[in-house]
Amino acid sequence: MFESLFRIVALTRKELLAVLKDRRARLSLLIPPMVQALIFGYAATYDLNRVPYALLDEDQSAASRELVAGLDGSGTFQRVADLRSAAQIAPAIDSGRALLVMDIRQDFQRQLLAGQQPDVQLIADGRNSNTAGTAMGYVSGIIGNFNAQWRADHGQPAPPMQLIERAWFNPNLETRWYMIPGMIGTLTLIQCMMLTVMSVAREREEGTFDQLLVTPFRPHEIMVGKALPSMIVGTIQATGVLVIAQLWFRIPFAGHYWVLYAGLLLFLLAAVGMGLLLSSIAGTMQQAMLYSMLFIMPFSLLSGFTTPINSMPGGLQQFTLINPLRFAIDITRRVYLQGAGLNLLLPDLWPLALMAAITLTAATWVYRYRPQ
Amino acid sequence: MSSASTEAGAHAQRAPALLARELTRRFTPKDRPVVTALDAVSLAAYHGELTALVGPDGAGKTTLLRLAAGLIAPDGGSLAVLGVDVARDPQQVQDRISYMPQRFGLYEDLSVLENLELYADLHGVSAEQRAQRYPALFEMTALGPFRTRLAGQLSGGMKQKLGLACTLVRQPELLLLDEPTVGVDPLSRRELWEIVQHLVDDQGLTVLMSTAYLDEAERCSRSIVLYQGTVLTQGPPAEVAGGSAGACFLATPPPGQSARSVQAQLLDRPDVVDAVPDGGRVRVVTRGAHGEAAAQPLRGLSAEPVAARYEDGFMQLLQQRVSRERTQPLTIARPLSADSGQLAVRVQRLVKRFGAFVAVDHINFEVRRGEIFGVLGPNGAGKTTTFRMLCGLLAPSGGELYVAGANVRTAPAAARQRLGYVAQKFSLYGPLTVLENLEFFASAYGLRGEAKRARIAWALQQFELGDRAAAVSAQLPGGYKQRLAMAAALLHEPEILFLDEPTSGTDPLARRVFWRRITGLAEQGVTIIITTHFMQEAEYCDHVAIMDGGRVLAQGSPAEIRRRGQSAATPDPRMEDAFIAIVEEARAAAGRDAQAVA
Repeated sequence: MFESLFRIVALTRKELLAVLKDRRARLSLLIPPMVQALIFGYAATYDLNRVPYALLDEDQSAASRELVAGLDGSGTFQRVADLRSAAQIAPAIDSGRALLVMDIRQDFQRQLLAGQQPDVQLIADGRNSNTAGTAMGYVSGIIGNFNAQWRADHGQPAPPMQLIERAWFNPNLETRWYMIPGMIGTLTLIQCMMLTVMSVAREREEGTFDQLLVTPFRPHEIMVGKALPSMIVGTIQATGVLVIAQLWFRIPFAGHYWVLYAGLLLFLLAAVGMGLLLSSIAGTMQQAMLYSMLFIMPFSLLSGFTTPINSMPGGLQQFTLINPLRFAIDITRRVYLQGAGLNLLLPDLWPLALMAAITLTAATWVYRYRPQ
Repeated sequence: MSSASTEAGAHAQRAPALLARELTRRFTPKDRPVVTALDAVSLAAYHGELTALVGPDGAGKTTLLRLAAGLIAPDGGSLAVLGVDVARDPQQVQDRISYMPQRFGLYEDLSVLENLELYADLHGVSAEQRAQRYPALFEMTALGPFRTRLAGQLSGGMKQKLGLACTLVRQPELLLLDEPTVGVDPLSRRELWEIVQHLVDDQGLTVLMSTAYLDEAERCSRSIVLYQGTVLTQGPPAEVAGGSAGACFLATPPPGQSARSVQAQLLDRPDVVDAVPDGGRVRVVTRGAHGEAAAQPLRGLSAEPVAARYEDGFMQLLQQRVSRERTQPLTIARPLSADSGQLAVRVQRLVKRFGAFVAVDHINFEVRRGEIFGVLGPNGAGKTTTFRMLCGLLAPSGGELYVAGANVRTAPAAARQRLGYVAQKFSLYGPLTVLENLEFFASAYGLRGEAKRARIAWALQQFELGDRAAAVSAQLPGGYKQRLAMAAALLHEPEILFLDEPTSGTDPLARRVFWRRITGLAEQGVTIIITTHFMQEAEYCDHVAIMDGGRVLAQGSPAEIRRRGQSAATPDPRMEDAFIAIVEEARAAAGRDAQAVA
């Protein structure tokens, strides 16, 4: 037992030496996740501002100006053109100059004063469906405000029902709060899996694996000795992203650190297990690289990092159940924003534990019985 | 050594194809002192001749060939190739010569024909030229039946032949070959050699080739001996051999003493230039002049004078320059229970199948403790597969396998603690330093604390690695790497040491030092199992097994094996002759059986 532990420590130390000895290699493990966290933090957002829109105001009344002022004053929209006729609508959208065109009809104010319901037409560029949808949502909010204000000003009764919105855990519904905690898992997965896959494939390709196998190392000791260094590096990377989230983006951390790290460790164990299994199948570094890309891309896309899993087709939702990243993102978000404890995370934790157990056992088995 | 004037006379009718005057080339490695690879050398190779370039590692052979190919520029002096100053117009030279580097760039995922086509495309060979050239190349290399096979699946010898064919897709005026026969088995080596000889004799091609095999140099029309960037001698090979005429003897060990121990004693004498085992006797080259004085070191042994060979003269030449460091034989701290006669390895009816292919076919052999056991065979004979099974890297398909008294199939971990393994290729960790590698492998074998420190200090001292302890392993010169690999395999004082082609690609001097260490280990009771392509090295072994096609064709002492190669044509066969005779005879018999069945 003691001998075994001693050998594992020696192998872990050797792996870390090989990875961290070179200054450039050291930096390439730490800097990219941090830089990516910074870039994504700014770039990956669904929150809109400066949406270009064109206005066709055929009414030119006090009421129409009041409505447009609500739009211009929101800070979200930027008027790029004042159109003269309906014929100009299509070119404005086609050229991509405006994402939206608001068309206020001629007798807008007259109808309002008469207590009728005038129509305001909103045309959006559906080629960019996500942004258009969000922008139209903003506009309908502004119209709602206008309606309420008009009723109050003209002594009309208030609408029968009022909705009061409260977003828990992210009061301003900022995308950044949602994205960055998810990045802790995503950025770590890519590097951690690559590191694991390559570490074994490189040894196989360079012939050092045979030299390792003729020593008294047992297969499971090699497994542990290969898994630990990747997990250590992964933990450091995750910590780097965590530090950026809190110190740079100032996203408040609601949960307990030990809960987060417990979840991360299980996730890393599952990711490293997959890496080891892939590397035990791959014969060369090139194969190992291709195999891992085969998993890393779908894992990242189908993780709920950017698009919600609930809205994926049923079959794909099933697939996400073998994706460790799916559970890791859920854990980091819930611990970070919600402050969830282990009991609440149990549905995420046990699949990770199961994945780690299966992949690590399978990898050890393949090592032992692989023909060459 | 021949003077310049007689040289000019001998080659009056022939113009030099390559002429170097005061040629100098230095390298400036990062963080290390400048290396002068060639130091004002003047030499010549002539049209229509085969010229050999020999010398120990670091002599400057590869640098000279790369200069001649116009791949690097000289720092001083001049080099004319085919009458053109290479430094001034490398492109013109490159258009007229072909160069085959040590590691030729074959594309392993392309077939034989595709590789050939690729090189023809690169050199702009026209369709008519190809139609005329390919059949000749396929016939010459005998690769015709394999034209659709992937280059990665060829044997080492076939790869070299394909590399040679690729360099010959167009007709060069001068062919530069950098150690084309390294790592190639004797049969393939002889084939390659025949191809080169044919090119020179029948097609009038001029060839300059570097080689680690001195018997190849002996067969060239001219040899150039380089040593640390200077020319020791150049001229007909007979002149080199002549340098040790009268100083060569074949000594018979007295009863009760092995040839190996007599050889070791002789090699340690300052008045002996060289001593190698030779069919149960010892071939000795002494420092003395002709006559009585020459035989002085052999007093008390019955010795007869023999004709000098190229290798004898070569060693004599080097001796004048190198103050040979008397290598201390290795000492093992742990006294092995040297109960000689005990079996170290027993292999019975061992079989290994890969699918339908039988790589190892019911082989049997036994190795006693403290023996040196050599496994010889062509590429693909099953040597490495057998090795991997012995080391527990590969599970046998059938048969029994006892290593160090344990059954490797049932108790692999225990057996592994008792064996050391040095792979064919350097397989320690390149990015780690010498010391870090030794520390890792010491820990891997369960050494720690004081014992670990002591063993690492021992390894650094015994293998002369102390001055490079902090060097990154990947950047070590070849000789250092090989010593580091040996050191790492011996840290835990194994009872059995497996060496897979440990001397491939090393020069004659380094090989002698290596064998001095190995024989020392064997004397202390360590069992050595070794494969090699250098048939002369089989002479150091107590027993030899010759393998081909997964079977053991012959087993016995080196003298017994050599007797099997006796024929009217070769009354006193060398190891290499015997090896080729045995393998060819077995292959012919197999062919007859196949015909009989059909």
